[in-house]
Amino acid sequence: MEQLQKQPSTLLIADDSEMNRAILADMLGGEYTIVEAENGQEALEQIQILGPKLSLVLLDIVMPVLDGFGVLTEMNREGWIEDIPVIMISAERGAEQIERAYALGATDFISRPFDALIVHKRVVNTILLYAKQKQLVGMVAQQMYEKEQQSSLMIEILSHIVEFRNGESGLHIRHVRAFTDLLLNRLNEKEGGPRFTSSEISVISTASALHDIGKISIPEGILNKPGKLTPEEFERMKAHTTIGAQMLAELPIYQEHPLIRAAYEICRWHHERYDGSGYPDGLKGGEIPISAQVVALADVYDALTSQRVYKAALSHEESIRMILAGECGAFDPLLLKCLSELDGDIYDALRREDPFQTGQQNLHSVVEALSQNKDLPVSRRTLQLLEHERVRHDFFAALSNEIQFEFTSSPSVVTFTPFSAQKLGFPEEIPDPAHDPRLLAAMDKPLLYHFSDLLRGTSPGQPVVKFDCRLNIGGEKRWHRLLARATWSGDEPPRYLGAIGKAVDIHDSRLQMDTLTRIASTDPLTGLFNHASARKRIETRLQERPDGHFALAIFDLDFFKSANDSRGHLFGDRLLAYLARTLRRTVRGGDIVARVGGDEFLIFLEYKSVPEAAIGRIFSALTGQYEDFSISLSMGVACTDRVGTDYDTLFHAADNALYAVKRSGRGKYLFYDETMRDTLSNISPIVREGEGEEPTKEDRPT
Amino acid sequence: MTLKECYDALGGSYDDVMGRLRSEGLVQKFVLKFPSDPSFQLLEDSLAAENWPEAFRGAHTLKGVCQNLSFTALYRSSAALCEALRDGAAPDPALAVQVAADYRRTADAIGVYGSQLPK
Repeated sequence: MEQLQKQPSTLLIADDSEMNRAILADMLGGEYTIVEAENGQEALEQIQILGPKLSLVLLDIVMPVLDGFGVLTEMNREGWIEDIPVIMISAERGAEQIERAYALGATDFISRPFDALIVHKRVVNTILLYAKQKQLVGMVAQQMYEKEQQSSLMIEILSHIVEFRNGESGLHIRHVRAFTDLLLNRLNEKEGGPRFTSSEISVISTASALHDIGKISIPEGILNKPGKLTPEEFERMKAHTTIGAQMLAELPIYQEHPLIRAAYEICRWHHERYDGSGYPDGLKGGEIPISAQVVALADVYDALTSQRVYKAALSHEESIRMILAGECGAFDPLLLKCLSELDGDIYDALRREDPFQTGQQNLHSVVEALSQNKDLPVSRRTLQLLEHERVRHDFFAALSNEIQFEFTSSPSVVTFTPFSAQKLGFPEEIPDPAHDPRLLAAMDKPLLYHFSDLLRGTSPGQPVVKFDCRLNIGGEKRWHRLLARATWSGDEPPRYLGAIGKAVDIHDSRLQMDTLTRIASTDPLTGLFNHASARKRIETRLQERPDGHFALAIFDLDFFKSANDSRGHLFGDRLLAYLARTLRRTVRGGDIVARVGGDEFLIFLEYKSVPEAAIGRIFSALTGQYEDFSISLSMGVACTDRVGTDYDTLFHAADNALYAVKRSGRGKYLFYDETMRDTLSNISPIVREGEGEEPTKEDRPT
Repeated sequence: MTLKECYDALGGSYDDVMGRLRSEGLVQKFVLKFPSDPSFQLLEDSLAAENWPEAFRGAHTLKGVCQNLSFTALYRSSAALCEALRDGAAPDPALAVQVAADYRRTADAIGVYGSQLPK
């Protein structure tokens, strides 16, 4: 009802006379959004376009192309008449016409001449009536859902009381229930067509939870006795079947309820055997209701795979083998066939079965029931629209190849689209995601918490979070971009409700970007960093560790130009590549090496107390023979201890030390000291001119 | 000429229309719009072409508009013609003549009323 006030309702006026439409529009226009149609065909088009936004149709009878009855007929055919009220407007006063219009689903009649008050009142009433009806349908669905949830909860509590006394795991009931559901569904696929409706399966599965309620009357000493029972004790124990059935038979009400009837069969006969050797009645073969047979099989399987006071747990495979081999009682061969076919699914299903999912199944069955119920015409189209919306969403989600999810914070559940769930190998719903091993395998805990913190850190105004991370999907760690939008409640202060989002695989494009970045930052000949990227890295390192001891060395090859001239540039290139390889092998992992010019290289390293040892080691490793060329180096070194941490100063100093080496005869290394400072004023660190046989920087290949 | 006098001149009921639409502004707006309503033209053309179903639609619409505006005289004659055309047969020519006369009278009165309104 509130919505009516917030947003003006949309009305469609279908009348061939513009004058008449204008009169009606003027009578109503202030409060409603008016859409007009001048014949029946146009009216139908508008109804189709506006869909659920349309609150009411005012429909004339006599119109060209298609008259008012034609419109009503079509609205019936499409099912629109159930959701959109139609008020007929006409001067036609014949009882036959009016009757025909009502029979076709018209809600009301307004005859000409129009009275402003009456038109207004009828329109308002009709819209309110329909809105109320829609609301009621919603409330009924909600109540049905809550009621089903409550009764499931009651049954769960009841059966846990029994389990508690039995000292069972607490999962037994849940396992038997899931197993029963699975087996019955499988049985339905067997020849002869389905034996059970989905609602019958649901009833039997629910009733299966009550199979042992008779045990409530068995003394605890017998129930939990670790050793073998005496014949008397065993007789007592067997009585839990008839006692459970009796308890149900003596219920004062609901005797005819399908759940009670199924529970009775299951309680009484879940220890019968197919060959007639069971108890309490010694029923044989088909005399035993299938519900009881299925639960008996489920009970045996779960007992085998669980630990009990008198036995250890067996593996799934061993248990199945024993049952199929007839070591645990006699069963219908058809059921055994179903069991063996299910083999792989059982383990998964038992683990997956959880209260959240059961709730969803219940909701689904309510929705299914509602959509089939002809007594609730209004809801039908709404549900069809919802179903349409869901199908559309799933389809596009599958097309987009993205992982899409929704998260609600209370209860904490992540829901994936069917496509996403399949891709991830997850169920569509994961309750308590922060502790779910499957989810944590894909996204490790710190990352998940970081993501959660980011979402909680958003605000209703800026709810979107975006970041890149590596997700482990299908055994492969790939880069993904996570895009999510937190949902906040509309009240004050806003509460964090959850999020919707998607993960897009950006691995390939990211790798491509990485490759491009690497290409841009390295020297193609040697694979070392170029000067620009080395500088960036060194500056970062200096900033991060202002107290560290760093040395920057620059060296070049003596007589490289003459080698180039006499042996050709290809030899020169090979020589440089060789030098780079040697250099890379010689330095430590954290050191930075780069080719900063033609034959000029740079080394940046951290040392503990004195740099001489490291520099000396590298220098001698580089010096030596390549083919028949004797490698001789000149190297200048500057240390942050002496010149500070400014990159340019450091580079200048090293370059000047190198120059000092050149001047004093080459083939060695020198550390920068104050005596070399004089050269600073004359010589640019990048362009050094007139150095005898050394080429200038501009001449060198770069 | 007041709107009421205009109604008297065209043989309509001012009180009736005011009772329903409740606003002189609204009534005036639609009265002035009436001469441009195409239903009379549709009726005339269809009668000339002996297209009885279309003539029925024209008469029917004209009747509806007159009813809403309480143009009693024209409503009566167009309603009579409309009924005569309902079965798809040729109508009594006198009915059509009456509608034409009433329409002329109505349009003329509105023309006079409109011409003396402040622009």
